[in-house]
Amino acid sequence: MSCRRSTSAFVAASLIAIATSSMVIAQTENKPSADEEKPYSIAADGTVDWSTFNGYRRYHASCHVCHGPDGLGSSFGPNLTDSLKTMPQEQFMEVVVNGKQDREKKMPALGTDRNVMCYINDIYAYLKARSDGAIGRGRPAKYGKKSEEAAQAEANCMGTD
Amino acid sequence: MPRQLCVSVSACALAVALTSQPAVVFANDDLMKLAKDPNQWVMPAGDYANTRYSALEQINKTNVKNLQVAWTFSTGVLRGHEGGPLVIGDMMYVHAPFPNTVFALDLKNGGQIVWKYEPKQDPNVIPVMCCDTVNRGVAYGEGKIFLHQADTTLVALDAKTGKVEWSVKDGDPSAGETGTSAPLVVKGKVLIGNSGGEFGVRGKVTAYDIKTGKPAWVGWSMGPDSDTLMDPQKTTALGKPVGKDSGTATWQGDQWKIGGGTTWGWISYDPELNLVYYGTGNPSTWNPVQRPGDNKWSMTIFARDADTGMAKWVYQMTPHDEWDYDGVNEMILANQKIGGQDRKLLVHFDRNGFGYTLDRATGELLVAEKFDPAVNWATKVDLKTGLPERVKKYSTEASGQDVNTKGICPAALGSKDQQPAAFSPKTGLFYVPTNHVCMDYEPFKVAYTAGQPYVGATLSMFPPEGKTNLGNFIAWDATTGKIKWSIPEPFSVWSGALATAGGVVFYGTLEGYLKAVDADTGKELYRFKTPSGIIGNVNTFTHGGKQYVAVLSGIGGWAGIGMAAGLTGETEGLGAVGAYKALSQYTQLGGALTVFALPN
Repeated sequence: MSCRRSTSAFVAASLIAIATSSMVIAQTENKPSADEEKPYSIAADGTVDWSTFNGYRRYHASCHVCHGPDGLGSSFGPNLTDSLKTMPQEQFMEVVVNGKQDREKKMPALGTDRNVMCYINDIYAYLKARSDGAIGRGRPAKYGKKSEEAAQAEANCMGTD
Repeated sequence: MPRQLCVSVSACALAVALTSQPAVVFANDDLMKLAKDPNQWVMPAGDYANTRYSALEQINKTNVKNLQVAWTFSTGVLRGHEGGPLVIGDMMYVHAPFPNTVFALDLKNGGQIVWKYEPKQDPNVIPVMCCDTVNRGVAYGEGKIFLHQADTTLVALDAKTGKVEWSVKDGDPSAGETGTSAPLVVKGKVLIGNSGGEFGVRGKVTAYDIKTGKPAWVGWSMGPDSDTLMDPQKTTALGKPVGKDSGTATWQGDQWKIGGGTTWGWISYDPELNLVYYGTGNPSTWNPVQRPGDNKWSMTIFARDADTGMAKWVYQMTPHDEWDYDGVNEMILANQKIGGQDRKLLVHFDRNGFGYTLDRATGELLVAEKFDPAVNWATKVDLKTGLPERVKKYSTEASGQDVNTKGICPAALGSKDQQPAAFSPKTGLFYVPTNHVCMDYEPFKVAYTAGQPYVGATLSMFPPEGKTNLGNFIAWDATTGKIKWSIPEPFSVWSGALATAGGVVFYGTLEGYLKAVDADTGKELYRFKTPSGIIGNVNTFTHGGKQYVAVLSGIGGWAGIGMAAGLTGETEGLGAVGAYKALSQYTQLGGALTVFALPN
């Protein structure tokens, strides 16, 4: 598509807007505790919200070849369930968008990858839930429905090509 | 990157004809002579037929139990070490993953380093390498060592000094194209394949002139006939002409341009038929719903003329892939009897779990049977049509996007990946390192961005129901398609095998064991735990009249991704998670060569 570059720029630019709106959703769905906000919500019967489930899917397509199954790291990519214990969300976003190099290790800049950036809040929610120990390994057994807002946001971000 | 180096097939053929010189033929004869000498190991698979067989018999069934470590060598690189060393005369050539260091070691002087070559490569290539920064080894020919770097550069080094003689860029890493495969020198040309099927890279094999590094021909996996080097009438698939532009006819629109079918496995060569053989990888993306059609010629065995690159025959094993069953595994050329008749065979153990036996002159399909009984995505392969008979329950296409298809065997890793098998003409058996892993697979929509992953599916892997072993090392009869014996292994066997005239077969394990087993029975005769998990290929040679066995350790590769943390998914549901301990509890990173010999 000839407009791919501008689409990518749009993706990066519109990220903050998506981030803000989904965090609002997360806050309203999940009673925020006094000291922290959780980007995921997990019901008493283990049902995770759509965003967290989708984060699981997208993580295992775009991230797991380096960071291992379930965020647990590989023989060369760091364990993200550890990283997110100390790494704030802003820094997570910064590294995903711009990449990072540490000697022989190299994290790519994913800021133009729609398969990552259109779902970055979902991926963060999933990894944070893993890091907090709120969900275990493997595919979440039960998950909530995809909202119309989420479907619309996905369509806008991914485009039609 | 030059998209098309020859404007037409006939122009290609003409260029080849003009550059063919007697000296080139001589070089090939020289390499064939060297490959016949069991005292050396002059090409990645030991010989052009990719048998990984050695006529050496000093180490045999009786004395292999006395094997000892003769010497070791650290590569100084931590990531996954695939492939294995070459031995030419008194020199051993050892390679490493990124940064793709090459060492020439003097066997006369206890492996002293004669020269070391370390290319300067843009580290941006690292993250566009799916599945670790592996490299499957160097090739030798006409006094030169050929290295296919991660950044796709093919470089010719003076074998004596390590000095660069020429270098050529094969592809564009910024679009996700990388180099991992070992080159093969054939008739004055160096052949290499490309990597990057997870980035929408279009596969090709390129033949470079051994003296100048100039491309002689490029055979693409898909595209118009001028790209695929196919003749609509003369190129056949199961005996029938492929027809015009078969490399675009089964694709929707321009999808073939980002169609995958990369060629990162092994290449073999039959000097009598003058054909080179290799397989092509998965079509991009992993979401089958997004790319309708058979997606030819991904997942295909290619037989090409070594001089012109023209395709003689093709056979697509998994049309319209729905599981990432790349067809890149090695093609082993053996001459065996089928139904009382001597046949020139090509034997291939595919990721899809079927062991294929074909007539390598014509591409006729003779045998196609499961080499792991767990395989369930297809019931059988029809030998007439060549088509697998798919089971709807395991079809990710039939289930559709955003649906999790469960319990598919094998997993995307395949029943076997690139780790090459061996063939012993003495026993008539093939020795095959295999994976015994199943998966759930959920495809979903992806967008293509050049240089970014183009995957479109999520999957989780686990052992077949009721099983605790993730791998097997098997002996296979390719004339009947039957397993002769099978050794269960706790983890996938990700190491290339070696068969010897001494009646001993060698392979490595992910925990780091080098194992020697009886070629007739599979009985274990020897094991030694090397410094790290083995995903390298075992070889053998002699020096000073003494037989040695060598293997690279260095856990990583796809095995390092999937196994480092241990498998999960359904195993948790089965309450068996404790049975599949993480590989990281057995071994850690570190590239090292271990050389074995009998005591003096």
